Amino acid sequence: MYRAIKIFLITLCLTFSGLTFIGLAVPGLPTSSEVRAEDDIHVLIDALGVGDFPEREAAIKTLVASKDPHVGQILEQLSEGLLYVNSDGGPVLLQGGTDDEPTYSDPITGEAAADVDPDMMIKVKINNALRGVIGAATSQLTLMSPDRSARLAAAQGLLKDADPANLDLLNAALAAEKDAEIKNTMEAARAVLLLKTDASVEDKKAAIDTIAARGNRDALTILTTTLETAPDDLKPAIQANISTINRSLALWDVAQNVWYGLSLGSVLLLAAIGLAITFGVMGVINMAHGEMVMIGAYTTYVVQEYITSAFPGVADYSLAFAVPAAFVFTGFVGLVIERAVIRYLYGRPLETLLATWGVSLILQQAVRSIFGPTNREVRNPTWMSGVFDLGGLSITWNRLWIIVFSMVVFVTLLLLLKRSAFGLQMRAVTQNRRMASSMGIRTGWVDAFTFALGSGIAGIAGVALSQIDNVSPNLGQSYIIDSFMVVVFGGVGNLWGTLVGALSLGVVNKFLEPFAGAVLGKILVLVLIILFIQKRPRGLFALKGRAVEA
Amino acid sequence: MITAFLLRSLDRKIVIAIALLLLVAALVPVLNLMTGPTNPLHVPTYIMSLFGKYLTYALLALALDLVWGFCGILSLGHGAFFALGGYAMGMYLMRQIGTRGSYGDPILPDFMVFLNWKDLPWFWYGFNHFWFAALMVLVVPGLLAFVFGWFAFRSRVNGVYLSIITQAMTYALLLAFFRNDMGFGGNNGLTDFKDIIGFNVQADGTRAALFAATAVLLALSLLLASAIVRSKFGKVLVGVRDAESRTRFLGYRVEHLKLFTFVVSAMMAGIAGALYVPQVGIINPGEFAPANSIEVVIWTAVGGRATLIGPIIGAILVNGGKTIFTGLFPEFWLFALGGLFVAVTLFLPKGVVGTIAQYLGRRKAVSKAAPPVAQEDVIEPKIQAAE
Repeated sequence: MYRAIKIFLITLCLTFSGLTFIGLAVPGLPTSSEVRAEDDIHVLIDALGVGDFPEREAAIKTLVASKDPHVGQILEQLSEGLLYVNSDGGPVLLQGGTDDEPTYSDPITGEAAADVDPDMMIKVKINNALRGVIGAATSQLTLMSPDRSARLAAAQGLLKDADPANLDLLNAALAAEKDAEIKNTMEAARAVLLLKTDASVEDKKAAIDTIAARGNRDALTILTTTLETAPDDLKPAIQANISTINRSLALWDVAQNVWYGLSLGSVLLLAAIGLAITFGVMGVINMAHGEMVMIGAYTTYVVQEYITSAFPGVADYSLAFAVPAAFVFTGFVGLVIERAVIRYLYGRPLETLLATWGVSLILQQAVRSIFGPTNREVRNPTWMSGVFDLGGLSITWNRLWIIVFSMVVFVTLLLLLKRSAFGLQMRAVTQNRRMASSMGIRTGWVDAFTFALGSGIAGIAGVALSQIDNVSPNLGQSYIIDSFMVVVFGGVGNLWGTLVGALSLGVVNKFLEPFAGAVLGKILVLVLIILFIQKRPRGLFALKGRAVEA
Repeated sequence: MITAFLLRSLDRKIVIAIALLLLVAALVPVLNLMTGPTNPLHVPTYIMSLFGKYLTYALLALALDLVWGFCGILSLGHGAFFALGGYAMGMYLMRQIGTRGSYGDPILPDFMVFLNWKDLPWFWYGFNHFWFAALMVLVVPGLLAFVFGWFAFRSRVNGVYLSIITQAMTYALLLAFFRNDMGFGGNNGLTDFKDIIGFNVQADGTRAALFAATAVLLALSLLLASAIVRSKFGKVLVGVRDAESRTRFLGYRVEHLKLFTFVVSAMMAGIAGALYVPQVGIINPGEFAPANSIEVVIWTAVGGRATLIGPIIGAILVNGGKTIFTGLFPEFWLFALGGLFVAVTLFLPKGVVGTIAQYLGRRKAVSKAAPPVAQEDVIEPKIQAAE
C-alpha cells in the first residue's frame, strides 16, 4: 500500500516537471514582438562568432545591454566553450552530443540545426580578459535579476567575497533595488568594497558604521580583517565598533543559551509532568514511566504509518491524531498496570519501585519483539521543520512547537487538577485518603484513573519526543533519571515545582555546557541536585503542613 | 574480644553456610586441577570461572542486604561501589602489564599512549603495588559512601528520595567514566590483563586460586555481616529500619548508625568488584549502569531480604537462570527478569529463604499446637511503611 503511494507520488512529480519542461520549450504562440526580440537576440549572438577578441568583447557588451532574459544562459554557454560557429561565418550554434559525434542546435530554442558540417565548426574562443568581462556581466545580471532570491544570493555573495572591481556594478544595482532586505545587504556589500578602495576617510567611516550596524558575526570578521590593513585614523572607529558588536553578540549568546535551555527544559517538563502526577500526587514510584513515553512515541509511529497509507492527504497532520491516540493508548496501559500490579503495593514505595522496574523491562522487550531493536523513523511534518531568525537567535520550528505544546499540556493539566470534579477528588485522596473515602469518594477508582492520567501524559510526551529523538525501545530509559531529578528538585506534589524545576534544570544545563562540555555539564547538574537535596530534602516547592509527616 | 564478637554471631544457619562456602572453596579448585577431563567429578575451568563470578555477585548482594535488609536503605547505586572496587583492581592489573602492551610502554597503559599522554596521572601512582591496590579497593568505595552518606543521612534524606539520589550518583559516575579524559580508559575500560601478583591471570591454577579466594572472602563477609547484625548494634539498626523516628527519640544517633553500615556495605561491594575483575578479565563503565544496581536489588529480594543467606542464594539462582535463559531463548530473558521483579514483590515479599523459614516456623508452631511465634534466629523483615 505504502509502496503504491510512493510510486504514485513519483509519477505525479515526473509528470508535473515534464509539463513544466514542455511549457518552457514550446512557449505557445509567439506574439509579433516576441518574434522580433528573438530575432534581435539571434543577431546579437551571431555577432559573437565574428572577428577576434576585441570585436567579441564589444559583442558581449551589446548582448548584455540588450537585457534579454536569455543573456545569462548564452554567457554561461560561452564561458563553458559550448558555442561553435562555422569557420565561413553563419549562425552561432550550441554543441551537444559526444566529441566524436557532436550535434548542433540553436543556443536558445534548442532546435537542432540542419546541414551542419562538424569538420567546419570551430569553437568561439575566449581569453582571460573576456572571461573577466563575462564574470562582471554575470554578477551584474544576477544583481539585476528579476528573481528576488537570486538577487539576494548575489548580494550576499558579494558581501562574503568582496572585489572592488564590482563597485560600479553594485552602485547601479543599488540604485535600481526596491526590496529593503536586499538593499540593506547591498549597502553592506558596498561598504565592504569601499573599505578596500582608496575612498576618503569620511566615506570609509560611514562604510564602517554601515557594516557595524549589521551587528552579526560576519560583520565582526570583516571589521577584524580590515583592522589590520586600515589607516591609523580609522583604527579607533573600527575598534569601537568591534567591541560594540562583541558586547551585543555576547548578549545574544546569553539569549540563545536561555532559548536552548528553555527548549531542553520543556522536553524535561513533558517527560517529568506525568511522573509529577504518579509520584508527586500518588506517591507511586513508577520506574516504567520512561517506557510509557516510549510507547507514546511508538504510537506516533503507528499512527503516522496508518495515516500515510489510508489518508495520504492529511499525512502532514498525523501528529494531531497521534496526540489523542497516544494519550488513550498509554493511559489504558497505565490503567492495566495499576489494576494488575500497583494497587497491591500502595504504601510500600520501595516494592512499587521494584515491581514497576520489572514492568518496564517487560514493556521494553515487548516493544523490541514487535518493532525490532532498530530505530523507527517518525517524520517531521513540514510545518515543524525549518529555521527562522529572530534578531540574533536562530529558532527551529520543532523546538518552538515543543515549547508551546509543553505549555499547553501543563496548563491543561493544571486546570484539570484545580477546576474539575475529578481533580478535586484526586487532591482529596492525596491529602487524606480515609477522610475522602468517608465522604463517598471511591478512592480505588481515583487511584486507577490518576495513574492512567499520568501515563497518558507520558504518552503525549512521547509524541513530542518522537520529533527530536530516536524512536527506539531504549527511548524511555534515557529520560527516566532526568525526570526523577526534575520532580525531586521541583518538589513532590506540586505541578508548579515541576515547571520551575524542569525549566531551571534545562537552562542551568545549557549554561554549564559551554564551560564544561555536555557530559561534564550533566554530571555537574546531577551533583548539584544531590547537594541541593541535602539542603532541601523535599524539593524547591515543598508541601507544607501535616501531609508532609503523614 | 573480636573472636567473641564474631563467635557470638554464629547461629546454625550461618555456620552451615560458612562451612559450605569453605568446602566449596577447597573442593572445586581441587576437582578442577587434580582430576582429568574424563573424570566424572571434573569441574571444567569455565564452570569454575562462571561460579566465581556468581560468588562475587553474591557478595555484592550480601552487601546490599546489610543496608537494605537491616537498615532500610534501598541503595540503587551499589553497582557504583562494586565498579569502583573493580576499577581499583583493574588499575593494578593494568600496571602489571608493563612492556607487554601493544605499545610496549613500561609505565603508561596502552590507552594513555594512544591518547598521547606523556605522564601517568597522579591517581594512578601506587597502583603498581598489590597492597596499595587492595587498600584502595576498600578505601575508594568506602570514602565515596562516607561522603555521600554523611551528606544524605545528616539531612535525613530517606526512603525513596535516597534511592533516587543513589541512582543519580551511579548515573553521574557512569557518564564520568565514559569520558576519555577521566584517565580510566573511557568507553573501553580496562582490559587485556596479564598477571596478578606474578601469576598469569589466564592460567587454570590462578583461576582456581581466585575462585577459592572469592569463596573464602564471601564466607568471611558473611561472618562479619552476621556479627554486625546479631550484635546489640544490629538490633538498634533494625530499630532504625522499622521506626527511625522512635529510635532517634530514644537517643540513638541514627545518622551515625546508618553511615557506619553504609560504609561497611560499600567496602564489601568494593571487594566483590575487585574479585570480579580478574575473573572476568575486563572492567568498563557499563558496570555503573543504573540498571545493574537495580538488578542487584532483585537478587536480594528473590533470595530473601534481611536473611543474609538469602541474597547469596538469590544471586546464584538469578544469574544461573540468566546464563541458561540467555543461551536458550535470548529474546525472553528480559520478560523473565521483569516477570521475576513483579512476581517476587507481589507474591514472595520475603524471598525464597524467608518464605521457607516462615513455612517451617508455621509447621513447627502447628505441631506444638501453639500460636505462631517468630523464630528467634530469624529476624523478620518488617516491610517499611510509607513515610
